[in-house]
Amino acid sequence: MEWSWQRIPAEYLVTNVRLCRNGKLAKRKGFLHVRKGRIEGLGMGQPSLEGVPVLDGAGLVCAPGLVDTRVSFREPGNEQMETVAAGSRAAAAGGFTAVVTMSGTEPVIDNSGMVRYLIDRGREAGLCRIHPTGAVSPGRLGEGMCEYGDMVAAGAVAFSDDDVPVANGGLMSNALKLTRVLGVPVITHAEDRTIVGRGAMHGGYWSGRLGLAGMARAGEDAAVFRDVELARATGGHLHVAHVSTKGAVEIIRQAKAAGVQVTAETAPHYFSLDHSRCRDFSPLYKVNPPLREPDDVNAVAEALADGTLDNIASDHMPNTGTEKEYQFDQAPFGAIGLETSLAVGITYLVNSGILDLGQLISCLSEKPARIFDLPGGRLEEGAEADFVLLDPDRTWTVTADSFQSRSTNSAFLGETLSGRVLATFLRGRLTWHDAD
Amino acid sequence: MILQSKDVLGLEDLTAEEILAVLDVAGRFRAVFDRPVRSVPIMRGRTVVNFFHEPSTRTRISFELAEKRLSADIINFAAATSSFSKGETLRDTAENLAAMKIDMLIVRHSSAGAARYLAKVLDCSVINAGDGAHEHPTQGLLDIMTMRQRLGDLRGKKVTIIGDITHSRVARSNLWGLVKLGAEVTLCGPPTMIPAGLDKLGATIEYDLHKAVADADVLNVLRIQLERHASKSFPGNREYNRMYGITGDVVRKLKPDAFIMHPGPMNRDVEIASEVADGPRQVILDQVANGVAVRMALIYLLSGGDPGALGGAA
Repeated sequence: MEWSWQRIPAEYLVTNVRLCRNGKLAKRKGFLHVRKGRIEGLGMGQPSLEGVPVLDGAGLVCAPGLVDTRVSFREPGNEQMETVAAGSRAAAAGGFTAVVTMSGTEPVIDNSGMVRYLIDRGREAGLCRIHPTGAVSPGRLGEGMCEYGDMVAAGAVAFSDDDVPVANGGLMSNALKLTRVLGVPVITHAEDRTIVGRGAMHGGYWSGRLGLAGMARAGEDAAVFRDVELARATGGHLHVAHVSTKGAVEIIRQAKAAGVQVTAETAPHYFSLDHSRCRDFSPLYKVNPPLREPDDVNAVAEALADGTLDNIASDHMPNTGTEKEYQFDQAPFGAIGLETSLAVGITYLVNSGILDLGQLISCLSEKPARIFDLPGGRLEEGAEADFVLLDPDRTWTVTADSFQSRSTNSAFLGETLSGRVLATFLRGRLTWHDAD
Repeated sequence: MILQSKDVLGLEDLTAEEILAVLDVAGRFRAVFDRPVRSVPIMRGRTVVNFFHEPSTRTRISFELAEKRLSADIINFAAATSSFSKGETLRDTAENLAAMKIDMLIVRHSSAGAARYLAKVLDCSVINAGDGAHEHPTQGLLDIMTMRQRLGDLRGKKVTIIGDITHSRVARSNLWGLVKLGAEVTLCGPPTMIPAGLDKLGATIEYDLHKAVADADVLNVLRIQLERHASKSFPGNREYNRMYGITGDVVRKLKPDAFIMHPGPMNRDVEIASEVADGPRQVILDQVANGVAVRMALIYLLSGGDPGALGGAA
């Protein structure tokens, strides 16, 4: 029976693919059997199911739909930068079938009504599962607490004041205690602003040379240390966002060894780029935490390999062109990443031998799904049919025209990367395919 | 062409040969100053825009004087009176300037990298008149010119720069230029005012003022602005003066021929004692005069001026 990309039947077979499951990429070709949005079966070889349409996977890798645990879709409030619909398109194009959205919209996601609103907007777009993060404090102002139980009932999967650190340790402690009962993590953006000050980039050789205010590593390390100790004391689940320093890696490594309930993620730019990228004052490289030193970059990559860091999140932060053309010290922090995460991982981690492809895919699907207790993220019988077909060897050059996102502020513009998502399926339905 | 780039954004970008060539031309202009008629009408009909996004008195006046002595048409464009203060982006401003077909842009901006950004998007020549704490190349050149007038070849000469290095574009431009010319540069100030990594550019870092100046040939004393940036990085003016102020006592222990520079404006009796500021060892007014000459030289060379033709003019 003839396959058509435009019309996806309710039941079909994807054959001639290398399945990627449980952190391992199969050496032999296999198949995936999809029925009514779920995985009916999967395995090696090619089954003969009479009358079931077949998609020839042409030797591509078939992996679980990717799961991103840190994205900002800017809706409501800054729709000129991104919307749930555009962000969902970007997610699908990057191979993602689920995203955890951040609370820092305008207004803030700090009540169950806002949580429901985001989930509804995601359903309307229909390209990606939207799992909202609720704020720790109303308006992210760092005082008082939001109704965590009500927001979890509405669909919130974690709590965080997004890129505003919870400066008050007592508030953080209470949030960890209350969310522990609800079974969801508190995500920390670990930054002690009394140490970091008004820094614009990593505090080191390049900030000194360029005359830009520096952000000391100690600002991240001290904040991670505080929150790890609060997690130890409360028994709550702490998830550390965008780890960028070797010191933070070491603190998390020791906490895990001691049995503290801490999980952690990093973003692709922290295992690939260092602070020398800021040398021409391009705000494309202005992110928070900042791009650090080569030994931090190496420590972050190694921490992914040894499991100290659990997953990779894009930290997708769209900013409009005008803002990214501001002078470095005036520009907002953040870079988009949904459409380059997988390829940056393949280029910088797999092709350099730090992770194999199976491990990388696990950091981008299975592990984050487990941490946040999300559907999808695994290829197994009975699971949601969220999956991607990808070619890890296909190279492409990142240009401003590459993106489905409304913004183009990528730290990888101009780079040639390896690894391309050719098709993304959500609940068995095609949400993206590469027209080339 | 003497200068390879269309712009002068920092001494980081200039070679030692380019720096010396600019200073040679500046020396010829300097000779014109003592004549009754001090203008050299080689920029007639060309438009120079002075775009000062940050308050400046002496740098702006020095540039204006340099432009007038070269007979350029001058437009002054200051932040307080421009639409920039109403939220216009630097890119919008730049495009407006480009549409007006100007020949050269002099830019002072509070953001490091602003001059580089404008140079990238504009076809005309751009001279950086100070960008954040990054570079102030014309100040660096005039400081080096002043040093060379006293010391000749700077190879092996010891220059100590004292002050808030973290926030100083003057210090960075001095450092780039002096290291290229073979001088030995020491940076001195409180540990809270010296950023990491400048030793990798060839400087020696010394937190003890007395050690830093003991065998110096030149002290370049930076303006301290505790009220502005550094309120959290040092206890106050009194403590600064006590630990890092260039007092009469400090000067009396210097090598006999050592001299004192200051980019101005001075905080008397904070970073420099009045008796030093008015004393026989300072060369501050030479710096001011050299500033005009250096700026004339850059404008002349970036406009395609031939240094050989100056023989007659000078």
